Amino acid sequence: MKENITIQFIPHSELASVNSENKLKKILKIVKENKIVIIEGKLKADEEAKLIENTMKQIDKSFKGIEIASFEEAANFDFFYKIKSGLARMLLGDKFGLSIIGPATLVKEIKRDPSKIELMVNR
Amino acid sequence: MVFKRLMRFFSRLFKGKKTVKLGFYGPVNAGKSSLANRISKDFTGEEEFHVSKIPHETREIQVKEKVTIKRGKRELDFNLIDTPGIATKIDYTDFIRYGLKEKEAKDRAKEATQGVIEAIKWLENVDCVLVVLDAAENPYNQVNITIIGNLAARKVPVLIVANKIDLKKANIRRMKSAFPQYKVIGVSALKGKGMDEFYEELFNLVRR
Repeated sequence: MKENITIQFIPHSELASVNSENKLKKILKIVKENKIVIIEGKLKADEEAKLIENTMKQIDKSFKGIEIASFEEAANFDFFYKIKSGLARMLLGDKFGLSIIGPATLVKEIKRDPSKIELMVNR
Repeated sequence: MVFKRLMRFFSRLFKGKKTVKLGFYGPVNAGKSSLANRISKDFTGEEEFHVSKIPHETREIQVKEKVTIKRGKRELDFNLIDTPGIATKIDYTDFIRYGLKEKEAKDRAKEATQGVIEAIKWLENVDCVLVVLDAAENPYNQVNITIIGNLAARKVPVLIVANKIDLKKANIRRMKSAFPQYKVIGVSALKGKGMDEFYEELFNLVRR
């Protein structure tokens, strides 16, 4: 039996004018529709913590939580790369990076290491 | 910076010794309670934190007050604050696999979700933090990154403790390369390995 997996991309422009609370509400709403969300830009540290908090509050029989991974750049790249990425961050602000969030019932694990991202799906 | 140090010196001189609120943070089953127990046992002779192989054994903040840690002629008072492991998902059926009955498993899951919320809220109440990670697990985990990111944003001094170095799969080099901007210390809280270097770094952390 074929199963469809829906991936919804949210461009930075869609979240730029939204405050953190509504941004997290929107993300969790989509995730609870059993979709994987890819956000252009990295969530702030406090937004990630709040997203975990809000997720915990909503866990029930059908919603088991989320899998999340945010990507910026590997910390151990060389000096010149860091300068380049620092400049990119200055120019792009919170548009820099990428966040992937999916429901735990669908996404088993998001494996990351400095050079690759692997999304393992429950079947 | 100099002013801050002077303030600290005078506050110690007139108010007596400060008790450092030391938080134990990390993902589930990394050995936070085991490390808190090891410290407690080394300096008070007592183990007070519950440990278990079943995830989410610590579901409430546990505090052991006034543990005096001595290094040569130096000594510092700590309140050890053991926090529930932070997770992004909790499924009660995972606990059933460990032999818990359905009702127990559901209750544990409910308490565990509250524990995660409480642990995040307590980030405001700590002076220094030990981020305890399992040295045999992948360090590039979002929970680890989120915890460390939040502590950095609050300017809380952090020491990363790579626990379980006695395990074959433990990879301390990988831990260090994942967090190059932090001091990473390898220990086995269970076996008491690496504790001497750990206490030295703990004193350095408090001095920051």
